[in-house]
Formats: sequence, C-alpha cells, structure tokens
Amino acid sequence: MIELLSYDFLRRALIAAVLVGIAAPAVGTFIVQRRLALLGDGIGHIALTGVGLGLLTRSSPTILALVVSALGAVAIELLRVRTRTGGDVALALLFYGGLAGGVLFANLSGGSANLSSYLFGSISSVGTTDLYIVAGLAVAVIVILAVFGRELFVLCQDEEVARASGLPVRFLSLLIAVTAALTVVVAMRAVGLLLVSALMVVPVAAAQQLTRGFMTTIGLAVVVGVVSSVGGLWVSVDADFAPGPTIVLLAMAVFLAAVGTGKLVRMRRTDVT
Amino acid sequence: MTVPFRMTGGEVRLDRRPVLRGVDLTVEPGEVLAVMGPNGSGKSTLIRSLLGLIPLSAGRVELYGVPPARFKDWKRVGYVPQRLSVGGGVPATVREVVSSGRIARQSRFRPFSAADRRAVDRALEAVGMAHRARDSAQELSGGQQQRVLIARALAGEPDVFVMDEPTAGVDAASQETLARTLRDQVAEGRTVVLVAHELGPMEPLITRSVVLENGLISHEGVPPEPKGECARPGHDHVHPHAPAEEPHLLS
Repeated sequence: MIELLSYDFLRRALIAAVLVGIAAPAVGTFIVQRRLALLGDGIGHIALTGVGLGLLTRSSPTILALVVSALGAVAIELLRVRTRTGGDVALALLFYGGLAGGVLFANLSGGSANLSSYLFGSISSVGTTDLYIVAGLAVAVIVILAVFGRELFVLCQDEEVARASGLPVRFLSLLIAVTAALTVVVAMRAVGLLLVSALMVVPVAAAQQLTRGFMTTIGLAVVVGVVSSVGGLWVSVDADFAPGPTIVLLAMAVFLAAVGTGKLVRMRRTDVT
Repeated sequence: MTVPFRMTGGEVRLDRRPVLRGVDLTVEPGEVLAVMGPNGSGKSTLIRSLLGLIPLSAGRVELYGVPPARFKDWKRVGYVPQRLSVGGGVPATVREVVSSGRIARQSRFRPFSAADRRAVDRALEAVGMAHRARDSAQELSGGQQQRVLIARALAGEPDVFVMDEPTAGVDAASQETLARTLRDQVAEGRTVVLVAHELGPMEPLITRSVVLENGLISHEGVPPEPKGECARPGHDHVHPHAPAEEPHLLS
C-alpha cells in the first residue's frame, strides 16, 4: 500500500475514499433515522441527468451533477410534503426520468462509454479539480451536520415535535435533502451513482447492530465507512477488481459480521441480567 | 394576562371531512384540562390544532395571544405526541432523546450547558428513568418509552404541557409515575392539556374536562366523582351528560 502511494492517481483516490467514507455514513445516519433510506438512491438517479448534461455540453459532469441533484433533492422534498398519498409514485417518476435522461444525454454526446464510470464509479480516475470539488463538498457536509446536527436530530426523530419546538421544519427538511445531494456527488466518483446509497445506508445498518445511541451510531458508521472505502480501494488495486462494487461488498461483509457480533453481545447481556 | 390557549369557532377539515365543527375553548393558566370523548371525535385534532400542527379551515387559535404561525416563544410549550414508540430508524439513548427536549431553549452555536444537563437529569429522575439513561430508548417497554417522551417535554421546562393520550397502553406503574410527575408540575403552576380515554390515577388532578362528540364540545365541567359501578377500578370514566359542578380553584 505504502509504495502505491507514490502514484499521484492513487493518492488522490485514497483521499477521495477517506472523504466519502466519512461524509456518506454521517449524512446517512440522519436519513436512516428519518426512515428515508432510499433517498440517496433517488438523488443518485436524478444526478445521472446532470452527468449526461455535462457530457453533452462538454462542461464538468461533476458540477452539473451537483446542480441537478440539489434541484432534484428539493423536488423530492416538496413532493414528499405535498402528496400524502401517491408520493412514492411521484418519486418513482423522478427517479426513472433522471436515469433515462442521463442515458439519453450521454448517448447524444457520443460519450456513453464515459457514463459507466459515473454509474459504477472509477475512483482511480479522479483528477485534481474533481478532488478539490469532492473535498470542498465533504467539508461542507460535515460543517452543516456539526452546526445543525441537534436540530436535524429532532426533525429526523419526530417532525411534529420539531414543529412544536419552533424549529424551522421546512428549511431543515430542505437542508438535509440538499446535504444528501452533496454527499451523492461526493460518493459518485468512488462507488458510482447506482451504489451511492449503499455507502449512506450499509455502514449505518452495520453500526446500529452494535450501538445504543445516536452519536455512537454516527461514530461507528463513519469508522465502518472509512474502513470499507479505503479497504475496498486497496483490495481493488491489489486484485484488479472494480473499486465501487468492491467497496460496497466490503461494507456488506462488515454489516454481516456486525449482525453476528450484535446477536452474541445481546445474548451475553441477557445471560448476565 | 394572556391565556395559554384560546380557540374561537375552530373548524378543521381533513381530506374534506369536517373533524372539528366550531370549537370555542379557552385554557386558563394553572388549569389541568382533560379532553375526552369517543374515538374519532376529534380530540387529537383539537389539541394539535391548538399548537398549529394542523391548520384551521375557519376560526382562529392563539397561543399566549399570538397565532401559532407567528408564535416565537416555543420554549413555553411542551408537547407529548401520541406515539407507540419514541420513533427514529436509528438507536438513540434515553438521555439523547430527553436532551433533545431542550432544543427550544438552545441557540445553534451554544454547546450543551450545565443548566441543560441539570434539567435533563431532573426530567429523568421525575419519570424514574435515570437508571436507564444510557440504554437505547427503542429497546424499552411501551410504558417506559412513553415516560421517555414525557421526560423530553419536562426537560424543556415549559409553562404548558400538551399531551396526547399519555396513558394509552401504559402499565399501571408508569401511569402512577405520570400522575405524580404531573402533580408536581401543577403544584409549580404549570398548565396541562391532555387527551385521555381513561383518566386512571390522573383523575384527582383534573380541574376541568371537555367532552368532544362529532367535532363539537358536548359537555364541559369538572369530571364527576365516580359512584357505585363507576367507582370500580378500571371503569372508563366518561360521563358526557353528568351535571357540571363548580370548578376547583387552584390558589
């Protein structure tokens, strides 16, 4: 691993992996708490239209993915509030529209081969500019969670209580949706848009097998996220696997191990008491 | 002096169906008001519209003299929603849930203070959950989770409590704890509005009750003393047509 770091592209990939491993599970914990585990998936589909537009207009697919997924996140949140019934159908329309739009625009640009690196990730092709964007977004995500974390906790726990506590519920709902969109763009290069949601949800699912509190769940989920993304990158370079799926499968393996360990711990606890 | 809640001609429609059909209700400071009535009579809708959680289709409601949309002083209000569990898809410790009740008193950049911590400790003590503070709230029994939700409202040190069925599905020990907690709060001058099917051990605390039927207040007064068959433990003390008595005055 150490001598691999002499390669510039691997150094960039490693930094991106660490940033993704921190940001995705941190945001994911709030999203899972809000019972919107598939939100990241939806935003990922919509972001693809941004990538397609970027390829078509020969501008940065990352920047356009950022703009389109942020708009998509706002649209999802507005649909969620407006439509009490049938909201999932409206969401499905957005997801498939996003996916189809992305593929169509990419085809029109003649660069559909390029598209698969966004669909399934290609962390080793992260350029310097992209790395700056990803780093900036990751820092923004962490600052947002640090400043608004207490309010977001109440919102994600119980929206009605948040309103009866005088919290700006509409603003916070949009904030968490847009933060998820930023995270999708951060994770896009590492695991690809189709697997983005896995890094937001699987480390959290693994962590909560072993934890009893919210803060400990965030902490452990971030550890699982960093271990999976860095470990997955290392394995993929070593064994010449595709990095995105390797990272996600490694996180899944950690999840299974956590389920087993959690069962053992709980059995012990009931034995003692 | 402004009263905690005043609703005049309150009407609510949910999916075009009228749920409240012109309710006039004033809650005075220091009152312990029980909102009673059969299922579907609009009890929960009434107290949620008092807080502005459900918009009125006609009439008006004021919280301490201000419509809910313009109300700013939310630290004066402690809301206990009707929930089967504390909620959330991620584990949270009892202490984390109760601490979140301080949110209306905190500003965005100020860390949790010693005063915050003391209020959380007091709330946990009051509901007898201090020894479970580090446990996952989701793993507690239904009655214990309800106590945690009440402690969350207590932690905010509000002037008025609004509680939606705080005793529904709650074991006898938790009901006693709740009644004792409320008695202490009332003694300190707090106002309580609660929805209840059965008053149980809270009955002696109630200073006034309103009975809702089909979205209208059909009866108002102090809850009548249970007599004969009605005094049997576990009897559902709903007396929509009992004569009104002089309200007890809290001094």
